Amino acid sequence: MSEKDYLPGAQVPDARGYFGAYGGRFIPEALVAAVEQVAEEYEKAKADPAFAAELDGLLKDYTGRPSPLTDVHRFSAEAGGARILLKREDLNHTGSHKINNVLGQALLTRRMGKTRIIAETGAGQHGVATATACALFGFDCTIYMGEVDTQRQALNVARMRMLGAEVVAVKSGSRTLKDAINEAFRDWVANVDSTHYLFGTVAGPHPFPMMVRDFHRIIGVEARQQVLDRTGRLPDAVVACVGGGSNAMGIFHEFIPDADVRLIGCEAAGEGADTPRHAATLTKGDPGVLHGSRTYVLQDEDGQTIESHSISAGLDYPGVGPEHAWLKDTGRAEYRPVTDDAAMQALRLLSRTEGIIPAIESAHALAGALELGRELGPEATILVSLSGRGDKDMHTAAQYFGLYDEQPAADDAGNGGK
Amino acid sequence: MASKLSGILAAAKAENRAALIGYLPAGFPTVDGGIRAINALIEGGCDVVEVGLPHSDPVLDGAVIQTADDIALRGGVRIKDVLRTVQEVATAHPEAAVLVMTYWNPVERYGTARFAADLAAAGGTGCILPDLPVEESEEWRKAADAHGLDTVFVVAPSSKDKRLAEVTAAGSGFVYAAAVMGVTGTRTQVGSLAEDLVARTRATTDLPVCVGLGVSNAEQAAEVAGFADGVIVGSAFVKRILDADGDEPAALAAVRAVAGELAEGVRRR
Repeated sequence: MSEKDYLPGAQVPDARGYFGAYGGRFIPEALVAAVEQVAEEYEKAKADPAFAAELDGLLKDYTGRPSPLTDVHRFSAEAGGARILLKREDLNHTGSHKINNVLGQALLTRRMGKTRIIAETGAGQHGVATATACALFGFDCTIYMGEVDTQRQALNVARMRMLGAEVVAVKSGSRTLKDAINEAFRDWVANVDSTHYLFGTVAGPHPFPMMVRDFHRIIGVEARQQVLDRTGRLPDAVVACVGGGSNAMGIFHEFIPDADVRLIGCEAAGEGADTPRHAATLTKGDPGVLHGSRTYVLQDEDGQTIESHSISAGLDYPGVGPEHAWLKDTGRAEYRPVTDDAAMQALRLLSRTEGIIPAIESAHALAGALELGRELGPEATILVSLSGRGDKDMHTAAQYFGLYDEQPAADDAGNGGK
Repeated sequence: MASKLSGILAAAKAENRAALIGYLPAGFPTVDGGIRAINALIEGGCDVVEVGLPHSDPVLDGAVIQTADDIALRGGVRIKDVLRTVQEVATAHPEAAVLVMTYWNPVERYGTARFAADLAAAGGTGCILPDLPVEESEEWRKAADAHGLDTVFVVAPSSKDKRLAEVTAAGSGFVYAAAVMGVTGTRTQVGSLAEDLVARTRATTDLPVCVGLGVSNAEQAAEVAGFADGVIVGSAFVKRILDADGDEPAALAAVRAVAGELAEGVRRR
């Protein structure tokens, strides 16, 4: 987990947590000591071979790393014949990439002597991973989740409760991920002595964007070598979905010095990036400060956050990690909007051509890869981050495609509406 | 030159009492109703008022102020309305100091220099920016200094002594001591952390130290006035307006009465 220069002359983030103009630490004074403690403990942990050894052991024996790389020939045929390779983070224990970061921060929590963990969750994947680690390490666990998301991801709510976590349905604001983060911050301010906020994406105040990225770097480190071993060359493009952007940073990071490899993030365009109902923060947002860092934000001209919309709870967020903002402005990465419908069609296509049911979040990356494959043609190789599995989304998908024999009562969520 | 805010706090000290500082969000329950409510704070006995800029993501506020912010935003309050609130209150009550309390993003979005200029032109005397730590505040402080505005920084029980010195050195007007760890809201007990925090803060600065977060009655105000230079009250006022449920005369009378009780409390040293 060494830091590295990845654009010529640029060490990012800098000492204050800035990636160019983005990042920083916009937090109340009550959290300054706690955030500094996280930063200091993380630096110490990075220098401690015992920390790396314990984390490596957990990733191998508990998570099941390395995750496989899967050639998807039948799916590729629908993408203009381009060769598509899936990095199978869905096969990790708990069913997504989120466990990589959670195990790292759980070890850090133990080093800091804290006994309680709180976290936000959108799709519930970070919440499940956090509840899992808390069970493993014996920490008290409270998960904040927007009320809309507790309904459309009910399976994950049950999983978290089975694992012993308290799940708090947040009823303020848009009742989705943004508001879950607000409520988790409120808890942290009040309970900072005992509690670590196990932030789940590459956003928030420094050091979280850097630290969460570092814990997910293994995705790209493994995938880059796996693609080289499999194909004898680097891929033409790496594609990942971007909400907060943790799986994307994880798979992108190792490829950043490879200037010929395009990095493409797929944002949730909801009903369309040109409609009011989307979560395409980098495509449609403006620089601002949200949840502790400067980044792109969906906001009005008074700096009030605009509610996002996506069929995918995990991408339904009006902010994005600051490193993505910086990668966009430097041109090193490209960000494309993918609609609800394109994602759902890609979800069904992968299910029926490969026997792999992806999470709706990951299906945004698959839709992006289909589009890109048709642009690049059959000589191209595209690496896709399959960040999570779709079990949690079966209710939404069944409603979307009419898979139930009789439609359940129409009063529940899961149809992407709010 | 001492600012208006500094002068008001010094005058309270000369009377051997703590100052009373009241908070209400602008636009709550309407822009004009909010102006009348903030005027009522001053008429009831507040020396200084903080006009809140309602925000979509008030991460440092408890349920009471979140509700008020929601009402204000649903009513369509804009930054220009917040500035008009400052202007009308400052014009009606030249004896009081009017501050704005806001999360940082609206200021950055409006334009840091533009916001400082417009706030000063409206008769505002300074700003409290609770999610803008000293490290990120240089651009704002330059703009504030250029327009003669005070910048009030918050300190917390978790702030270490070295940190307190850095924070108080950057601020002006007064130091806002957050009495308990947590979000805004009334509490039955004023935290014992407060007195220790005030003492540690005083050791680093000559600025007045005012205590906020949790005070809701005269007894608590008197207790805090025993060791602090000012008592900051917000949620208790907001709650009276919510409880009045749209009856404006009742809301204004309640707010004025609470301010009066608290003003009596801060004189009971």
